[in-house]
Amino acid sequence: MFESVLVANRGEIARRVIRTVQRMGLRAVAVYSEADADLPFVREADEAILLGPADPAQSYLDAGKVLEAARLSGAQAIHPGYGFFSENAGFARAVIEAGLIWIGPSPEAIERMGDKINARNLMEAAGVPVAAGTREPVTDLEQAVAAAAGIGYPVMVKTAGGGGGIGMGVAHEEAGLARAFEQASRAAVRFGGTPAILLERYVERARHVEVQILGLTDGTVLALGERDCSVQRRHQKIVEETPSPGVTPELRERMLAAAVRAGEAVGYLGAGTVECLVDTDKQDFVFLEMNTRLQVEHPVTELVTGLDLVEQQLRIAAGEKTEISVAVHGHAIEFRVYAEDPRRFFPGPGKIEVWEEPSGEGVRVDSGYTRGNTVTPFYDPLMAKLCVFGQTRAEALERARKAVASFQVEGPKNNLPFCAELLEHSDFTDGNYDTGLVSRMRA
Amino acid sequence: MAEVHAEMVANVWKVLVAEGDTVEEGDTLVILESMKMEIPVLAEDEGVISQLKVAEGDVIQEGDLIAVIE
Repeated sequence: MFESVLVANRGEIARRVIRTVQRMGLRAVAVYSEADADLPFVREADEAILLGPADPAQSYLDAGKVLEAARLSGAQAIHPGYGFFSENAGFARAVIEAGLIWIGPSPEAIERMGDKINARNLMEAAGVPVAAGTREPVTDLEQAVAAAAGIGYPVMVKTAGGGGGIGMGVAHEEAGLARAFEQASRAAVRFGGTPAILLERYVERARHVEVQILGLTDGTVLALGERDCSVQRRHQKIVEETPSPGVTPELRERMLAAAVRAGEAVGYLGAGTVECLVDTDKQDFVFLEMNTRLQVEHPVTELVTGLDLVEQQLRIAAGEKTEISVAVHGHAIEFRVYAEDPRRFFPGPGKIEVWEEPSGEGVRVDSGYTRGNTVTPFYDPLMAKLCVFGQTRAEALERARKAVASFQVEGPKNNLPFCAELLEHSDFTDGNYDTGLVSRMRA
Repeated sequence: MAEVHAEMVANVWKVLVAEGDTVEEGDTLVILESMKMEIPVLAEDEGVISQLKVAEGDVIQEGDLIAVIE
């Protein structure tokens, strides 16, 4: 096992990775921007190195600076967290070429799954069901119109390079396609680097369900259950739970087997996620994409399996042979606490005047901020993740209500009132919801 | 005369109009970016942009004046 790990990320995920690194007796090195100098992750690391200004391009996304920080600190391995460099094959290669250990799948696996079009074609070849969509990148509107006519409206327009929901849009008819295409193209260039666009059939009332996989050093790929991420706004997740209330045991078995096949098809190593769209009426699913990194919502899987996924990532990256028996029990739900107004979901950065996290049996909070910190407009709005565990879904919901009510945040706008509202909404409490739930609540 | 103010702390990502331009209601004046979200700022009246107070790359605070439409 290596002795020190540089965490190439910020906020809650940097803090969460640092916690496991230190628990394992290893040294944790943080890197940070000027805007983040006062955040807990900087203080809690064994060493912290300033990268540069707030703009990610000059700090967290400056590969030269991150690698230089690793050299200066003597870090032997780099954990990318999620976002930033986590799915950047070029950076993963640069880490390996610098003689360091990349905590993640191989650059080749990142490349093959990072291009959503390639990934879809690869999955189809591996016998995993995929949504109807474009097999080649779409680069102009004329191609998009022709492709959409072939697929049939409504279509989802998204960037082939990914980008966490940014730039995604649904076109219900040809008139709306130009706008969706332009929006996705702009986002592709700004956030994804590649201008390629992908179109696929959009299912109106579907659930977004993903499977957590773990590729071990002996080539085995394990499936650690699923997560239902259907509570979304602007195609970004707000709440995730496991097990999914909308998946039957028979469908679960098929989805987990498909996720294992997906992992095996790319020789996957470490933690990854296979995202699917589930048509609950038909109890059927299609592959959407694979995320070759740790997910924001990994804690719910940890709560029901008892595993520490970051520890597994570190052990696998160190080449250790691990034997894991997967046993899932209970129910876990995560609420993303965003700095945004709870009605329109518009960003609401600001200085945190009050910050009191809930605690108690079955409650876990992964936060990136504390009282006195300022939530700035430079990064995503996630302030914390409130996770609850119960023996049953009903118990988890009850604990969630209490925890949401006792989570005190003043200063930045926050979506805790939305979480409280959701916990009283019968579609959610019945477990009978789909990706359109939030839009219907705000219609 | 209508003043257009910022609703939140944000970076000015794109400025789509110049002083002297004529705008219609609903035209996008600037695109702000905050927390990885693009927020278009729209004209709520028609008229001429008599003052434009922001430039691309600025960081503006809640309540800051963005433009004046006459």
